[in-house]
Amino acid sequence: MKRREFFMLSVGGVLIYTLNRQAMWLDAAETPLHVELKFFKADEARIVAAACERIFPSDENGPGAKEAGVIIYIDRQLAGPYGRDELRYTKGPFIETDPTFGGYQGRESPQAIYRAGIQQLGSDFTGLEPQQQDEKLRHIEKTLFFQMLRSHTVEGMFCDPLHGGNANLVGWQMIGYPGPVMSWRGAITVYNKGEAYRPAPQGLEQILGTRIQGLENG
Amino acid sequence: MIQMPRADVVIVGAGWTGLVMAKEIATRTPLSVVVLERGGPIRTTAQYAAGMDELDFEIRLRMKQNIAEQPYTHRRSSNEPARPVRQWGAYQQGIGVGGEGEAWSGVSPRFLPEQFELATHLRRKYGARLPEGLAVQDWGLTYNEIEPYYWRAEQMLGLSGRAGNLRGTRVPGGNIFEGPRSHEYPLPPHPYPYFAALFEKGARDLGFNPFPLPAATPSGVYTNPDGVTRPPCQYCGHCGYYGCMVGAKGTPGTTMLPLLRGRKNVTIRTHSWVRRVIHRDGKAEGVTYMDAAGKETMQPADVVVLASWSMNNVSRLLLSGIGEPYDPQTGMGTLGRNFATEVGGRTEVFFDKPLNAFIGGGALGNGIGDYMGDPPDAQVSAGVFRGGLVRTLLGGQSPIRAFGRLPPGTVSSNWGSEWKKAGLQWYDRQLALNSNATHFTYRQNYLSLDPTYTDKWGDPVVRVTMDWTDHEVRQSRMLGDVQVSIAKAMGAKAYSFKGNERPYDAARANDTHVSGGAIMGASPESSVVNPWLQHWKMPNLWVVGGSAFPQNESNPTLTLIALTFRAADALVDRYLKHPGALA
Repeated sequence: MKRREFFMLSVGGVLIYTLNRQAMWLDAAETPLHVELKFFKADEARIVAAACERIFPSDENGPGAKEAGVIIYIDRQLAGPYGRDELRYTKGPFIETDPTFGGYQGRESPQAIYRAGIQQLGSDFTGLEPQQQDEKLRHIEKTLFFQMLRSHTVEGMFCDPLHGGNANLVGWQMIGYPGPVMSWRGAITVYNKGEAYRPAPQGLEQILGTRIQGLENG
Repeated sequence: MIQMPRADVVIVGAGWTGLVMAKEIATRTPLSVVVLERGGPIRTTAQYAAGMDELDFEIRLRMKQNIAEQPYTHRRSSNEPARPVRQWGAYQQGIGVGGEGEAWSGVSPRFLPEQFELATHLRRKYGARLPEGLAVQDWGLTYNEIEPYYWRAEQMLGLSGRAGNLRGTRVPGGNIFEGPRSHEYPLPPHPYPYFAALFEKGARDLGFNPFPLPAATPSGVYTNPDGVTRPPCQYCGHCGYYGCMVGAKGTPGTTMLPLLRGRKNVTIRTHSWVRRVIHRDGKAEGVTYMDAAGKETMQPADVVVLASWSMNNVSRLLLSGIGEPYDPQTGMGTLGRNFATEVGGRTEVFFDKPLNAFIGGGALGNGIGDYMGDPPDAQVSAGVFRGGLVRTLLGGQSPIRAFGRLPPGTVSSNWGSEWKKAGLQWYDRQLALNSNATHFTYRQNYLSLDPTYTDKWGDPVVRVTMDWTDHEVRQSRMLGDVQVSIAKAMGAKAYSFKGNERPYDAARANDTHVSGGAIMGASPESSVVNPWLQHWKMPNLWVVGGSAFPQNESNPTLTLIALTFRAADALVDRYLKHPGALA
């Protein structure tokens, strides 16, 4: 039987969605939360989480990949149909002679691309200084792995929390996105003069009062 | 092979054209109609509400056909091998009952009158100055002939808008460059968010004539002539890519299915993937398809209607050996010719004020028609022979896709602290202007079967041979210049235009409005179907949809619904009484 792998999310005062999709509040004083991983091994998750944190850092301008739980988002995506490459045409032959044309034409799935990318970052990545981590990432900036990692980090920051990222709606709070509210019919003729309208964000499950199954669970 | 009981009519595809056809035949005749749809059943409004999720619907594209099962291939010219588009870029197509019609945005302009006689018009006006290799054709019908069907489609959809040309009288505030319409729009236009109000003022200051986009989302409660009532648009910002969670948007599900439910003479059979039209001695005998269990099944019928996505209509004909495949070297053969998409270009516009851009509706916004049709003389001298619409389109800004759109040169990296800071600063201070212009058809752009790549059943997929010519690049730049001039007049702090550049790459493009391949026309030498969308060589086969357009002008849905109504009239009122060729 496969050993169960966990990720220790050491974040404070935020709402985290655990693997079984229960919301848990964490106070700064509490012990870190152990989240069961679906795809990564724990040491892989630490490397990817460290890289995501450089892409979207937690800094004086607000929370980043760490607080949003981006690593949990990516772990679930990679474990699901997207990571298994079930949303891409994967029949050959594979013609990869001109990478500037035709999009990604390779054989490797997102799962395989991550595994190879993590190797490239190296097991010592988490121990590096932020500046050294940046250098390392800058070095692989043009690779498909990095481009995926960057996209997935943005997705994990700003997706609906039902997917495991944007925990406690930290991403939406930062940009003032109110979530998938069912009607702005009252607002459209009022907030139309260049003034900010910033209702408190809500996730889809909150708005509908039901559980939503994301594609990653399929 | 499983044999199904004979039907009077079998319709391939349960999207807009398939269900319009089904509704017209089933409600006006006692004939039995079987509709075959490869996706699942229609989704409920509750399911659509549970789908207001950017990640799964705008990025993972849950309303679209899974491209893993059936891609297409693309090459820029006949001289290179085609490669499969492995992840959706251009030509995303819907799946399930309602098809792409459930997830469209509802932008519903009419084509200009001269579009229907474009070859004649261009020849007369520009003659030998036209680009080389042009394959533009007349449609075999005129604007006056399609006008009543436009009006029927507009009433069915409950379009919100403002007429700009009522029976020949130009009406300021509407699109004064459009063709004459017999009636005002069924509903008044939608209100303008801030960005559209800025566009309105900026365009007016420049002497342009802005008008509200015609929208298939009702601005108020609407009951159409079929007695179907829909609530107004809620401006929830989840329209294109999504189903409508209140049933406001005009879709096959909200307008056609209510009229088909409970009818004993209509069966919609889902998870049924049609592969071939079976025919003998110039007569279609039915279709074969893979059923939900993956078993090959024969559905015999007296009349076959191909009503799937335009590219799939063409590939079904090619796979079935109906008609002569087009050969770009000789110009012989009609099947596959005149493939087109749309010419565009987009200007991101940045402001120092928040736009509340999460408020939106699929076709919410406004545009100018001043550059539609024949371009200004100076542009003609520069080699541009057809223009397009310049517009705002305020469908609702979604955070994943919108975060990180920055004024050019703001930061040097697209990740890290500086980038994040800039992203936060400019989020909700950015929206776009875009364009939608006639894409000319050319001899070298066409559809055929790919010799190498196959779909999930092992059938060859469709191969697109297509590149922009210098004409499209010039068209796009002309419209980009207009976009930029309006952006400045709107008070933009920064702007950034991206247009159509060669080479064209379907994997990285996002145009959805494909057309051609089984085009309509006045003669069987130069078209696949006659002006009633009946196959020239097989009178009991009808091929409806965007595949019939000899070239594309802009958002095609209204026009393809209008053409389908006209085809249905011909089928019901003429063909069924005297089966045989109508032309």
